[in-house]
Amino acid sequence: MKSTSEGHLAGSSTIIIERRKAGQLIPWRELVVYRDLLYFLVVRGIRARYAQSVLGIGWAVIQPLVTMIIFTVVFGRLARVSSDGLPYALFSFSGLMAWTYFSGALSDASGSLVSNANMMSKVYFPRLVLPLASLLAKLLDFVITGLVMIVLLVVFRHVPDANLVYFPLLVLLLLVTTFGPAIILAAWSVQYRDIKYAMTFLIQLLMYSAPVVYPLSSVPVDYQLLYSINPLVGVVEGFRSSLLGATPMPWMSIVVGAVVAVLILVLGLYSFNKLERTFADVA
Amino acid sequence: MSRTIIQVEHLSKAYRVGVEERKADTLAGAFWQALTAPVRNFRNLRNLRNVSEDEETLFWALRDVSFEVKEGEVLGIIGHNGAGKSTLLKILSRITEPTEGRITIHGRVSSLLEVGTGFHPDLTGRENIYMNGTILGMRKKEIDSKLEEIIAFSGISRHIDTPVKRYSSGMTVRLAFSVAAHLDPEILVIDEVLAVGDMEFQKKCLGKMESVAKQGRTVLFVSHNMTAVSNLCSRVIWLSKGCILKNGSTSSVISDYIKGVSGDAYSSVWRASQMLDKKIYFKEVKLLTHSGDIVKMGEDLTFNLLVSSIIESSSFQICIQLFDSNLNRLTTLYNTDFNINFNLLTGDNKFSLTILNNNLLPGEYYFSFSAMYNYGAEIFDHLEKAIYIKVLPEDVTETGITLNGDRGNIWFRLK
Repeated sequence: MKSTSEGHLAGSSTIIIERRKAGQLIPWRELVVYRDLLYFLVVRGIRARYAQSVLGIGWAVIQPLVTMIIFTVVFGRLARVSSDGLPYALFSFSGLMAWTYFSGALSDASGSLVSNANMMSKVYFPRLVLPLASLLAKLLDFVITGLVMIVLLVVFRHVPDANLVYFPLLVLLLLVTTFGPAIILAAWSVQYRDIKYAMTFLIQLLMYSAPVVYPLSSVPVDYQLLYSINPLVGVVEGFRSSLLGATPMPWMSIVVGAVVAVLILVLGLYSFNKLERTFADVA
Repeated sequence: MSRTIIQVEHLSKAYRVGVEERKADTLAGAFWQALTAPVRNFRNLRNLRNVSEDEETLFWALRDVSFEVKEGEVLGIIGHNGAGKSTLLKILSRITEPTEGRITIHGRVSSLLEVGTGFHPDLTGRENIYMNGTILGMRKKEIDSKLEEIIAFSGISRHIDTPVKRYSSGMTVRLAFSVAAHLDPEILVIDEVLAVGDMEFQKKCLGKMESVAKQGRTVLFVSHNMTAVSNLCSRVIWLSKGCILKNGSTSSVISDYIKGVSGDAYSSVWRASQMLDKKIYFKEVKLLTHSGDIVKMGEDLTFNLLVSSIIESSSFQICIQLFDSNLNRLTTLYNTDFNINFNLLTGDNKFSLTILNNNLLPGEYYFSFSAMYNYGAEIFDHLEKAIYIKVLPEDVTETGITLNGDRGNIWFRLK
């Protein structure tokens, strides 16, 4: 008899199945065991998204680029929205970079459980890998938008300043900011399909709640702290400062936003964990 | 002495069933219901996960089930549809949680509840092997080392780099099963998987299962295919209505099962529970069989009908409808179709209708009966799914090849 216990789920350990009270907030051990599944889900997500399309990954360039052009015409030229003295194209694209990732990953991840209900009702695996895979798969688009950003910087002959070193930190914050609401919405949409219908609407509203088309500086100073409770404010404005360097790093907004984002993430993990055990029954 | 590998103790699982909604009978009422629908929907959806003590809306798919499985045993689980077999497997493979009780398992469980989970039509066969394999709990390394074997077993190596959506359904199933067959768990759970693919492939799969069993692995095998169960299993558990009806040696449990000594509500006899205030109604419908609700392939099915009437009629019709276990209608037949005329007199009338050489494949079926005039212009009485039958395999081809329920519902002799 071949021994294949290596790499197997529980090896030869003992599993006890009973009604759970509460599990770990993050099932680290299981996520490690199922890391290959996560990897293939990410690959599947990317491959499936661009299968049978002529432009393929080109859509990741077109979407934010065209949005940026429209914003530049509508908000930059016609409405004359302030852009902190930067070319509006750069101003809006830096914001859109964070925003496009957030909105895309949020809507993908929030639907990830429902669209894989079939999988959940047949096989056991840590359900958290589904929204996690959506989040990671969208990172490819994010990297491509980043390359477009570099091209734009070259075209506009704009050089970022030292704030660029904070960029990785801001990407991390963007991930945390996205993951929290994503798993809350994913878990609840298993039971309440209304969330699916509300998503498009919600995402549109959220964009205007963050400084994507207008700068943070256009919000009255007295309200800026309140405004920064939305973690997207710190992320978007941070992206702008880090990539373009024209404005100082908005540390106040970032710290307030990060605290809120982490709280939402913990809340998300908690509710995901609580609802997880009934997914297969309810979906 | 082999050790206990699975121990199930007092396992129960409750599901909430929908309670019928009251329909509004006025326009204003309908309007009000439409307005308040979100509130009601919310309550219903929220209740989906609350398992309270409100017995009215609870359905116990499993109730106080206890048994153990020794290492290396091949255990068969049989029972009618809805007996709780699939629920038991779902709990064993951790897809759903029990409401009460617990299971202790020593080792990895792989369930073949449905093969091909996670297959994506846009990915190639090769990519789907990885996808499916990792979902089933394999590691990439493990799949790498078995890749060639998996591809060879599926027999579709030429198309392995083609997107799965270009495959025929048979090819998809072969590939999926091939992945599943190469899992090497300590405990293998199989639910009716053998109902896939062509004959040759099925044989291959049965062979694989046997070799798994011979290697000393523990196998739980859920099936309606009594031949396969008796060939493979050393012990059988018979579930009925969420409880264990019998747990013992394969031959004794299966013979009891076939005798149909179950306490199921289904039966080959239907009787009116009371006098009805109808012009014409069925008092009794009885299917003549050798043993309960068990019918052999190809057998004649004779129904004796007792019809009570307060009128006389020579144009009265009896309609028989046949349904499969998913309640799809298979046929509708009227006595008058075959120039059989029933002369209805006042009082009790005895009629008899025979279906000659039934060409049903093994499986479960229901009959409904209606008493009517003129193809339903007036319906006097209707018995919905009054008679239940279970058709068992029979060597109707006289070649030793068994036509199984996975061929569909009906068969014909080929010449």
